[in-house]
Amino acid sequence: MTDAAVAKPEAQGTAVALGRREEGEMLGLSRTSRYLAHVLLILGILIVAFPIYYTFVASTHTLQTILRPPLPLLPGGEFFNNYYEALFGGIGRIGGVNVWTLLFNTTVMALAIATGKIVISILSAYAIVFFRFPLRMTFFWLIFITLMLPVEVRIMPTYKVMVDLGLIDTYTGLTLPLMASATATLLFRQFFLTIPGELVEAARIDGAGPWKFFKDILLPLSRTNIAALFVILFIYGWTQYLWPLLMTNSNDMNTIVIGLRKMVSFADADTEWHLVMVTSMLAIVPPILVVVLMQRWFVRGLIETEK
Amino acid sequence: MTPRVVFPNKILPYLLVAPQLAITLVFFYWPAGQAMRQSMLREDPFGLRSKFVWFANFEKVLADPNYLNSLKVTVIFSVSTAAVAMSVALLLAVMVDKVIKGRGLYRTLMIWPYAVAPAIAGMLWLFLFNPSIGSLAVWLRWLGIPWDPLLNGNQAMVLVVTAAAWKQISYNFLFFVAGLQAIPKSLIEAAAIDGAGENKRFWTIVFPLLAPTTFFLLVINTTYAFFDTFGIIHAVTGGGPGKATETLVFKVYSDGALNQLLGDSAAQSVILMVIVIALTAIQFRYVEKKVHYD
Repeated sequence: MTDAAVAKPEAQGTAVALGRREEGEMLGLSRTSRYLAHVLLILGILIVAFPIYYTFVASTHTLQTILRPPLPLLPGGEFFNNYYEALFGGIGRIGGVNVWTLLFNTTVMALAIATGKIVISILSAYAIVFFRFPLRMTFFWLIFITLMLPVEVRIMPTYKVMVDLGLIDTYTGLTLPLMASATATLLFRQFFLTIPGELVEAARIDGAGPWKFFKDILLPLSRTNIAALFVILFIYGWTQYLWPLLMTNSNDMNTIVIGLRKMVSFADADTEWHLVMVTSMLAIVPPILVVVLMQRWFVRGLIETEK
Repeated sequence: MTPRVVFPNKILPYLLVAPQLAITLVFFYWPAGQAMRQSMLREDPFGLRSKFVWFANFEKVLADPNYLNSLKVTVIFSVSTAAVAMSVALLLAVMVDKVIKGRGLYRTLMIWPYAVAPAIAGMLWLFLFNPSIGSLAVWLRWLGIPWDPLLNGNQAMVLVVTAAAWKQISYNFLFFVAGLQAIPKSLIEAAAIDGAGENKRFWTIVFPLLAPTTFFLLVINTTYAFFDTFGIIHAVTGGGPGKATETLVFKVYSDGALNQLLGDSAAQSVILMVIVIALTAIQFRYVEKKVHYD
């Protein structure tokens, strides 16, 4: 997802597909048309899920089977062998690096970016909404305009800055520059603006300073927003590509997505496809689990951040 | 903004915005400024000296057939990706709006691709469609279609569009479902009572009322196709075969990072910034309109 803020006023409909409404008949829907709907949906899901399913299937077959397409539609018997070999077998399969290092780097990146963006944005939104100070609106606009400066449009100069600062091949370089977030700041600002002034007044009368107000009132109220944003940003961090591609030279700083890209060489007959497929599964299952298990927050976060 | 109760501290707010501001200044504004400066400089062949050339780099870039080609490629790629991703998502959203049982399950199964990195999405589709070991490629050949996206530019385009659109279906689907739920059911019931069939109701009531969502998604999908699909192109085709899938962003990368044409790359960066600004401006104009509707 781009760091782009947009309007999305219909967000009240967050409870997207909660089974309600038995009035299907009232809407003049015939039984046939509902069956047809199910058929189309199942077809759609087959198409949507097929590449992921087939990757799983491929990860359970031998290299020989994969090299003689078409691949069977059902999983083979090599699940344990392949996964064991990819995880614990030859060390340094991917340019001298094992898959654990790659997974570790990716996890660090996703968690650091998600946490960092949330912390930094909530603090600046807090300052902008609950304080009055010279240059306040200038700062707001400075943050806002970064929406229009994605990495993709300033590749070379950004790379040069990173080299000059000695941040290539460091975790700081991988994560820190991505922690600024106009989208998250806008989201928190919008939410803070809905908090009634009386609440601040009451807190102040009770002798609560800005820190106490932030910690005891604002943070607990923001829990839902934080959770929703966390899911979105975790995915954002996990799936980064251009940034780690530019910022890492040494293989042991690669993320799993970059590592995977390096494993695959279609001209090369030596590509160990069964292990590539296992690695693909390892790269896509964690974020899929996050999205599916935290679905409520995910859908909410997605629709809210675009407001 | 309305006057509201605030804390009186003088220094604290600066400390609070400092981290965000420091990051934006160092990693956003400074490089963006450098890109603008660089775009008006030209280096001598040895990279030792550079001189100020005003807009010569822009003139050069805009007159370059390769650049115009990649502009064309980007437009074809973006329009096709947005069209495919949005129409499939709309169809599925309308279907899910009709059914009563299994909505939650359908949604759960539909959101997976969102979590897959673009580069991996590309590789998965390439695995299915690559001419030597791709199962779908084999099936296509059985059907008598000479399939080789590694040699045929149009087929390479079909492949990257498929991967890019596939990844975006989840996102569009969720927004269309939310949009559909916001349409008052009474309107549709009234039309049903008046005897309008399902098709007619969709095109005369539902589709026009969905226009804001559709327009919003159109902008988002275009932005996505322009900027977020670098991973797909890089992992699947590397811009090839020839330059058949070289998008603008990919060209900035290959001219700058691989071929070290700094002035050219910077001029292209600035052009891309203008495109992003335009897209963002459209988004925000749309915000205002929406406020009026509400």
